[in-house]
Amino acid sequence: MTTTEIAPAGAAAPEHVPYRPPRPLRYGATAGLLALLIAFPLVFPNPTVTSIGVFTMIYLIAAIGWNMFSGYSGYISIGHAAYYGIGQYTVALITIHAHLPAGWGLFGLLPVAGLVAALASIPIGFLLLRVRKHTFIVLTIAVMFIFQLLAFNLTTITNGSGGLTLPFPTWTGDFFNMPFYYVGLLAAVVAGAVAWWIRRSKYGLGLFAIRDDEERARGLGIKVTRTKLIAYAASAFFVGIAGGLYAPFVGSVYPQFAFDPTFDLAIAVLVFVGGIGTLSGPVLGALVLIPLQQYFYLQFGNANLYLIAYGVLFILILRLLPGGIVPGVTSAWRSRLVARARARQELAGAGGTGPEGAGPPGGAGPKDSGPKDTRPGAGQKDRA
Amino acid sequence: MSVIQVTDLKKSYGGIRALAGCSMSFEDKAINGLIGPNGSGKTTLFNVITGYETADSGQVSLRGQDITNAKPDKVFEHGIGRTFQITRIFPQLTVLENVHVAAQRQGFVAQARGWDSTAERERAMEVLEFVGLARLAPEIAGDLSYGQQKLLEFAFITMARPSVILLDEPAGGVNPSLLRHISDRIRALNSEGVTFIIVEHDMEFVMRLCDHVLVMHQGSALTSGPPEQVRADPAVLEAYLGAGPKKGS
Repeated sequence: MTTTEIAPAGAAAPEHVPYRPPRPLRYGATAGLLALLIAFPLVFPNPTVTSIGVFTMIYLIAAIGWNMFSGYSGYISIGHAAYYGIGQYTVALITIHAHLPAGWGLFGLLPVAGLVAALASIPIGFLLLRVRKHTFIVLTIAVMFIFQLLAFNLTTITNGSGGLTLPFPTWTGDFFNMPFYYVGLLAAVVAGAVAWWIRRSKYGLGLFAIRDDEERARGLGIKVTRTKLIAYAASAFFVGIAGGLYAPFVGSVYPQFAFDPTFDLAIAVLVFVGGIGTLSGPVLGALVLIPLQQYFYLQFGNANLYLIAYGVLFILILRLLPGGIVPGVTSAWRSRLVARARARQELAGAGGTGPEGAGPPGGAGPKDSGPKDTRPGAGQKDRA
Repeated sequence: MSVIQVTDLKKSYGGIRALAGCSMSFEDKAINGLIGPNGSGKTTLFNVITGYETADSGQVSLRGQDITNAKPDKVFEHGIGRTFQITRIFPQLTVLENVHVAAQRQGFVAQARGWDSTAERERAMEVLEFVGLARLAPEIAGDLSYGQQKLLEFAFITMARPSVILLDEPAGGVNPSLLRHISDRIRALNSEGVTFIIVEHDMEFVMRLCDHVLVMHQGSALTSGPPEQVRADPAVLEAYLGAGPKKGS
């Protein structure tokens, strides 16, 4: 991204061009999208289509959850499948051992699945969050595989590779997917609301500060460990719910699908494609990529060709919009507005140009020149 | 009257003794200058005082209260703010958000509320006004020039009204007119009772601004006093001109 382009114009008091679309547009788009998602299974009741819808909802919940930790704090976790699996096993084990009847009541277990995942995440997060960057990423992967190994080997609880089978709900035909879809949509809306709330809270600002410079944030009174841990647990909560929805929908739980490394990659990829750290990024990523992936899968079947098509698309998007779709589109849109504002300013400023040094000294034009410029004294003592 | 007192501080990195039993005290409500050749331990001393490094031994106290090895967030809560040698701001946040990060709030409910409360916003704009960045409040901080980022860092540490501010090379890479602007801001805050401790290589800047100058050499205190006296001290000259074993760039 070229900072010069989006930097405000020089000394002539610049008019500020907002970084995000105006509020009515954002709220309108959100409401419109929600209406579309509510209407979708009613318009396309075909079970093949609605089952894609359910998978999309599961990934949507997980992506929003993942983003509220990894996107906001900058700590990329490639091990959230640990919580996806915990969610699945929680629902499966409770259903089986409590002999719960299949039906609407199963959805009551979703918050339980989330809570168990969140509780499990606290000691894990406490250990992992002491390291950063690549070390953190590698450790998250390791933790996920530890859980997979446990699921394979604690046979008395998990039945190992034999897996667990859940009772099937008695809903039939076109209606079967509907409850899963709408409950999933509801959970996604709750996750989205929490993500939105964190983003605008004082707490969330601390999280973003940590993403930008953790040590600096500490020196300004931010309790970094606590802040990171809360976000980590909140994200585990929603990923656990996604798992809790997946298990009864598919009707079985196996270690390799519960603690699934490709789930981790999928979540990270779709949030990156949509726009990491943004509110709409994970939503867009999930709504575009998951149906596409499912469609490719159904089209090309077991030949795994769908993975190639998926990969090509991923490369294409990252080539064209390296920051993801949402940041890419908004910054292009903003560049246009800035250019227009400049043109206006030049027109207006043809007569009286802005006074030199209207702002603080040394700060006329932001980043028109780099730190190492011709300013007297620069280059000698700086960054010694 | 001293505000920060360090006693026999020791800190080593491998074989390098960055602080070798450093004892000094900084005067309250004064502008203290901390000078010394490269590698004399100034930044390490800052890091130990502000909790970014733990001392091997020794004591740091703030107005008689022991704050040795307190964590950086605690040190900030005690009213000590600092800047870094290489300016550190939050580049992806807006200028206004940067300042808000430093606004302290306690308790879960307060944390859950929107970051942009009216009272804090007023204070934030006041702080930005003070350094002359108010008109850039909604811009992304990473887009600011180097000098503006320095001012921003200076602005946000004043957000929580610290009683002591530690500045690590505020004049580094800064043009003369901006430097004058920074000096004015320091004096203005000092007249309101804020104590400053300034590490700086620019002697003119130090001698003009500071009431009290302390000299470090090879990890311990060499001498201290009013600027003229320190400037005339032959030991200081010797330290700078290379009697010491270490002489950096």
